[in-house]
Amino acid sequence: MTGPLDGMRVVELASEQAAWAGKLLADLGADVIVVEPPGGHPSRAYGPFLDDEPGPERSLYWWNYNTSKRSVVLDLDDTEDATRFRGLAGDADIVLEGEPTGRLAALGLDHEQQRADHPELIWVSVTPFGRNTSRTDDPATDLTLLAGGGPVWNCGYDDHTIPPVRGGGNQAFHIASAFAAMSVLTAILQRDVSGRGQFIDVSMHAAANVTTESGSFDWLVAKSTVIRQTGRHALSFVSQESQVRCVDGRYVNTGFPPRHAKDFENLRNWVDGLGLRDQCDEIVLLDLAVERGGVSLAALREDPLVTEIYGAGRSTLVFLAEHLTPEEFFVGAQQRGIAVGAVWSPEEAFANEHFVARGFPVEVEHEDIGRTITYPGAPFQAPKSPWRISRRPPHVAEHQAEVFGTGV
Amino acid sequence: MAPTLPTSGSSALSHLRICDLTGQLAGAGATKFLAAFGAQVIRVEDPVRQGSWDILRGVPPYVDERRGVNLGGAFNNHNVEKLGITIDLRQERGKELLRKLVAVSDAVTENFAAGVFARMGFPYDELQRLKEDIVYVSNSGFGASGPYSSFRTWGPIVQAICGLTFSSGLPDLPPAGWGFSYMDHMGANYMAVAILAGLIHRNRTGEGQWIDMGCTEAGLSLCGPDLLDYTVNGRPLRRAGQPNSNRSHAPAMAPHNIYAAAGDDEWIAIACRDDDDWARLAAVIDEPWAKDARYATIDGRLGSQDALDAQMEAWTKTRDRHSTAERIRAAGVPASVVASPEDRIDRDPGTSEFGLWPIAHHTEIGDVRVDGIPVHMSETDWSIEHGSPCLGEHTDGVLRDVLGLGDDEIASLHEDKVV
Repeated sequence: MTGPLDGMRVVELASEQAAWAGKLLADLGADVIVVEPPGGHPSRAYGPFLDDEPGPERSLYWWNYNTSKRSVVLDLDDTEDATRFRGLAGDADIVLEGEPTGRLAALGLDHEQQRADHPELIWVSVTPFGRNTSRTDDPATDLTLLAGGGPVWNCGYDDHTIPPVRGGGNQAFHIASAFAAMSVLTAILQRDVSGRGQFIDVSMHAAANVTTESGSFDWLVAKSTVIRQTGRHALSFVSQESQVRCVDGRYVNTGFPPRHAKDFENLRNWVDGLGLRDQCDEIVLLDLAVERGGVSLAALREDPLVTEIYGAGRSTLVFLAEHLTPEEFFVGAQQRGIAVGAVWSPEEAFANEHFVARGFPVEVEHEDIGRTITYPGAPFQAPKSPWRISRRPPHVAEHQAEVFGTGV
Repeated sequence: MAPTLPTSGSSALSHLRICDLTGQLAGAGATKFLAAFGAQVIRVEDPVRQGSWDILRGVPPYVDERRGVNLGGAFNNHNVEKLGITIDLRQERGKELLRKLVAVSDAVTENFAAGVFARMGFPYDELQRLKEDIVYVSNSGFGASGPYSSFRTWGPIVQAICGLTFSSGLPDLPPAGWGFSYMDHMGANYMAVAILAGLIHRNRTGEGQWIDMGCTEAGLSLCGPDLLDYTVNGRPLRRAGQPNSNRSHAPAMAPHNIYAAAGDDEWIAIACRDDDDWARLAAVIDEPWAKDARYATIDGRLGSQDALDAQMEAWTKTRDRHSTAERIRAAGVPASVVASPEDRIDRDPGTSEFGLWPIAHHTEIGDVRVDGIPVHMSETDWSIEHGSPCLGEHTDGVLRDVLGLGDDEIASLHEDKVV
């Protein structure tokens, strides 16, 4: 069983912004050769490290973004190596790079200079502001891209004396890389028809800008500006809190309150089952909700009793969350048809029985250190062309000889 | 005679047809990308409930005082360049129509809760019977198998479960999370990858398949370095002082934070990537504390990060966010205002010059700006000209031009309220 990109060759110039796109393509079966500068790419010096000891082969950051790839080292400022790169790129299906705009052209190595000889080549460039805007050469990082591109505006706390918050995990790179991967796949399908490749210009800033949901479309449509709010959607008005602290100090998201009679009945029976009826102030309203056949959202503003009943549903969810652990609340509510979530840390989710049962954690042999490492696995299950980590992340220049027939 | 079906300005994927039952953003965003690149995306909606399996149909924002299922701005934003038909799948004749559509499609896409589409009469076996090489992509919260497969989600629930809410916040405060459905966006992106990869595999081998995507797993795959720190070093992210997502751990950077600027609730983000960035920023700041020798190296700055942040903010909070960010950037150091929608949509050449906000013409709403696609292709670029379909806007055209039905049969389907 092979991946959908089996047989395709990708040459990736190592970068932070496109590394995840390269990993996606590699885990989908492409032969991705990551080209690093002498000494290895700087992200090999990013923590965390294996056993907390720094080293180019010990960066878990590097590991995460470079599974299934092969590594070679080329000094693009060196004439011989530049020629090697030109040959490598010319033989590839796809070149993926996040170089500063203009650098490859100055070296005689960019797509413009190769397209005539290789019209079938797909070349994707991931840069902070794209290739052709007046901001093209502005310096940027994940933080400044997410701040200037919109996501940060939406994120933070009800208390606006606290700074807005950048979502964790270098997501500007992930967003841009997702669009790079989607575009590459589109270009492959196009090439299947036309036989021709093309140049793809990905702007990280643009990618962040179209990843803000109502932050953008409320303005585009109605010139309305959303307001950040703790643990829930930024909206143009202040909404009710939906994040609740559980009995053990961890949190849940209580989602939308119930509306249907069946949901209210389930909620009431859950309270009763836990023996909490006497402590639940809202129990009478829950009974009433069941009797009345639920609530209609349309009647919310018209009928004060409906408003009260609707509020009782939300209050009961808060009440239950405060008496339970996140796991008890999440599973209990979901089993009763109410969509809520536990606010888990990544490792809490990763260790959970559901993801284990689906085979999400995958074991990767690191024969070099005599250990098997558990990695996050398939983002989707495609039985005929599976996502797969085909090899551990490469050492610096590990595949120099097999790619070029010579050492570094 | 119904009007001819509109076609896209992009030829990238114009050879592909998608039978699309997605909704909201996590599904609709995936097929929007394909439609912008020219795929013929035929959205199937329910005439009985006025298309309401997509809760965004007919909800705010609106361009003016008009209200109705065709006038919602969010729905329009996510469904540009698609065709829209209605089919009552409760009726046998409705099911038969969908079967015909599947038989002439390359892919079928949906993001109902797991199992719902099968219960409507369209399990994968049936889809495969109708079109042997069909690529079927389902996108649900927890995927189609496993103990939680029946659980339901929307963006904030996915984010809570997968760790993205937890990892976004400041120390000693509750999780701030993502103030929008980030995983609807990234779920849509992953779903687009799944569809496109499935079609590439089909082109190579002739094989179709059912691709089962669980959005929570897609979300977990975006937390990789934190997960490896746990599986390799046994270090959980849930620990004292963490998370602090406005700081940077990989790579280590300081200063690196969001600081108050002059004015009410105005902020500026500044990041020094290395010692050279700091030296240039210190020159812009031009105050004695910035020349403190302990700040000259990354280790020194990291070791005194709280003090450095306090001094940085004392400096930024009396200054205008826009001009300060510009001065810092001019010195070659990454800085940005925390941009409001107006800042980044109407005042930023970085988006307007990229052509990021195309105007789509919607049959009832009129002309309205929408999110564009953040990439450009040199040969077959995307095109967004048509707004989202009104409910059933292309029913007759699709029945006639795609399914080859005659006028009498179409009239009869209308009469019996099948469409």
